[in-house]
Amino acid sequence: MRPILEVRELSIHASSGGQPIPLVEKVSFSVEKGATLALVGESGCGKSMTALSLMRILPEPAVRIVGGEIRFEDEDLVSASERRMEQLRGNIISMIFQDPIASLNPIQTVGDQIVEVIRTHNPISRKEARARAIELLRSVRLPDAERRINYYPHRLSGGMCQRVMIAMAMAGAPKVIIADEPTTALDTTVQAQVMALLRKAQTETGTAIILITHNLAAAAEAAENVAVMYAGRIIEQGPVREIFLSPAHPYTEGLLGAIPDNAEGGVEIAPLAEIPGNVPRPGTLPSGCAFAPRCKNVQQRCRNERPDLTAHGNRRVACFFPYSQMIAQ
Amino acid sequence: MIARSSFIQRYFQSRTGVIGLIILTLIIVMAIFGPTLYPVDPWDMVSRPLQWPSFGAEAPLGSDVLGRDVLSGLINGARVSLIIGISATAAAVAIGVTVGAVAGYFRGLTDDALMRITEVFQTIPNFLFVIVLVAVFRPSVFTISAAIAVVSWPAVARLVRGEFLSLRQRAFVESCVTIGMSTPRIIFTQILPNCIAPVIVTSSIMIATAILVEAGLSFLGLGDPNVMSWGAMIGFGRQSLRTSWYLTLIPGVAIQLTVLSISFVGEALNDSLNPRL
Amino acid sequence: MMKRYLVRRAGQAVVVLILIACVNFLILKLAPGDLVDVLAGESGGSDPHYLHLLREQYGLDRPLYVQLFQYLSNLVQLDLGYSFRFNMPVRDLILMRLPATLLLMFSSLAIALLGGITFGVAAARAPRSLRDSLISTTALLAYSTPLFWAGLMLIILFSVKFGVLPSGGMATVDGPKDIVSIIVDVSRHLVLPSITLALFYMATYTRLMRASMLDIYNMDFVRTAKAKGLTPHQVAYRHVVPNSILPLISLFGVQLGSVLGGSVVVEVVFGWPGLGSLAFDALFQRDVNLLMGILFLSSVMVILVNLAIDLLYSWLDPRIEVGA
Repeated sequence: MRPILEVRELSIHASSGGQPIPLVEKVSFSVEKGATLALVGESGCGKSMTALSLMRILPEPAVRIVGGEIRFEDEDLVSASERRMEQLRGNIISMIFQDPIASLNPIQTVGDQIVEVIRTHNPISRKEARARAIELLRSVRLPDAERRINYYPHRLSGGMCQRVMIAMAMAGAPKVIIADEPTTALDTTVQAQVMALLRKAQTETGTAIILITHNLAAAAEAAENVAVMYAGRIIEQGPVREIFLSPAHPYTEGLLGAIPDNAEGGVEIAPLAEIPGNVPRPGTLPSGCAFAPRCKNVQQRCRNERPDLTAHGNRRVACFFPYSQMIAQ
Repeated sequence: MIARSSFIQRYFQSRTGVIGLIILTLIIVMAIFGPTLYPVDPWDMVSRPLQWPSFGAEAPLGSDVLGRDVLSGLINGARVSLIIGISATAAAVAIGVTVGAVAGYFRGLTDDALMRITEVFQTIPNFLFVIVLVAVFRPSVFTISAAIAVVSWPAVARLVRGEFLSLRQRAFVESCVTIGMSTPRIIFTQILPNCIAPVIVTSSIMIATAILVEAGLSFLGLGDPNVMSWGAMIGFGRQSLRTSWYLTLIPGVAIQLTVLSISFVGEALNDSLNPRL
Repeated sequence: MMKRYLVRRAGQAVVVLILIACVNFLILKLAPGDLVDVLAGESGGSDPHYLHLLREQYGLDRPLYVQLFQYLSNLVQLDLGYSFRFNMPVRDLILMRLPATLLLMFSSLAIALLGGITFGVAAARAPRSLRDSLISTTALLAYSTPLFWAGLMLIILFSVKFGVLPSGGMATVDGPKDIVSIIVDVSRHLVLPSITLALFYMATYTRLMRASMLDIYNMDFVRTAKAKGLTPHQVAYRHVVPNSILPLISLFGVQLGSVLGGSVVVEVVFGWPGLGSLAFDALFQRDVNLLMGILFLSSVMVILVNLAIDLLYSWLDPRIEVGA
């Protein structure tokens, strides 16, 4: 099946005055209609920037796409006009963010904010848009939708706000929904509900989902395919089940090892217990493999050369010494 | 705390900061050495009245209705403006830091009471308050500085109080309390040094405001009658506004340049003391 | 809920008001000469009967707290004394001059707010552009300009050189008397003083609006607005601007006192017959009683307007629950 969205060799740089700092380097992945792809990595690995670039809402001009393609159906979004992007955003490609309360305008009612996105893309009256907004809020199971539509965001819980955000994302006819850490800021009990809602939306509309998360276990539950990012590059990608069961890259293994400690908490994993050290800051990458300083299997070669992403069976790994016996299985 | 060298480097990255510093230095030099280098009494009648600026030897910037030298007034006015601006700010900072530190350190009732008083001084319209104070206590450089200080300390008090409230909770202060360090010592050696930067930035704005207030006072005729000030020169010049508008223009530009250069310096200080991205 | 909030804020306001009155009393006691000498100044100096009356009223031989109490109770009854120069109770004198000052203040605040928002938005929508640096520099320049001097310069330009606008007063002395031409006439007289008074505050609002907008642009909900498919224009005017105006409103309250002060010099420059010129006259006739009255009533006005702004703010910003 042809992918609905395909990213090829996407690079994003930040430039604040002096030298451009690479944030994302030559990242490629794709997602098919009705499927879910997870982008996994610690904070600062470039996954959120990748997500924003798909919508072309990077904080330009400080951060911008410097190379690659984003193919959506038959067009390249990197070179698409701003006007075309406005048509797509919130309508065909929509996005859900990490902090739902902060992501809503504090001085507008949630209803007005949903109505706004409906009317931006459809020439209908306020009244019709409002009826549609109530319908959407019901479909995301916001209790007492008729009344809560008039609430300001601060009067709703984080979970309710995220439901509003999902309703907003569903307002058009989305073919791709990008969910950037959609459950990280929420209580554990609410996390499962929000993920279930996204799945429900997906089966009803056949939209593709790109799930950005730091939690490999969450990715394994929700996605078919996963791309693990480290320091702006993809270091392992392939079917989530295989990778979850037998990671080939030492970093992926470390991420998996970190899950039991953090699966309950809502916080982003700071320094991983299993992986000593931190993600290198953009612009301060070592010359060899970016993970070498923290890797327990590091060899001399890793420090001198950067491994490319190479195919191993039906997954791709960027490591000179992957756990190959597991891949062979 | 910020390393000193990097602070100076960051300061000199600001173009307006450098320009402001240059102009301000020139004005300060003029205020200090001007009266010696150009020993003309600003009150003396030195030439024919209402001479337009000729840039010649006699009254290079013109003379006023009474034949007084405009350049000499300008030089002596710089002194008055800077003295009042600096002394009023110094006094206001002293009051403000004390009140803010006490309120923020001790919190509770002390804080409530001090903040109510601060609110009172913030509510009374500043300039009117200065006018009343100066009128009641008779205008002099001292009363004018004192009056400006009385109305401008609340901003510093609020700022310092805010810093103290947050710094008081920090671990390093708590540990000083635990090891039994005395309260004044904690305040002066631990907390105060950490809120110097915002106080310096606020002070630069206060000096600028004080100079503007003094100019307004002396324009209204409430200046120290014994010294020549820029505001007073504008007040005198106003009577011949229609014909000899240079009398109003020149001292006004002097005020504007001084205040602008101080604002530039203040902004550059702000940017280099509180570095953001 | 609302009622209780109002009562509490009003209570605080009364406390501040009493403290202000105490400050006034303190000034009078600290001044050289006794209370009555200071109060009457030269205005009553020629009238021994008035001095006697004042002494009687304040009872200068009685203990300090009795004097303070007398002073406070006079103020509470809004009895601000009598001005012999103007031959009128101070309160009536102030109330007579108040409308002119209010007209001047509110027209210049309107100009300042509108101009400040417009320029602030224009600067913040293209930060670090030529337009931005032009606006920011002009704002800083206006910020550094003494109000009275700006007024004089405007007079030179528009009244002396171009001769298009009147240089002073509030109305033409022998102008036509029908309502339309009076309005036109007063508006023409209002232009220069209100622009002069507005300059400084417009500069402040421009700078604050710019800074506030740049802050808001970094908020998550602005990213959401972009992700909705809004144009940059819609993002700016529907989401960023409304959120950025809120801090301006609180500044408005803080600055009201300063605007009142500014109106003194502006009124003097333009001969605008408001409280400011009254204060100036009082100053020159050493009518301290009148001066104190103006100071006190101005403070009352600041407190009242700030109370109103608090309410307005809680109405505009849904996050603030009035009862809490």
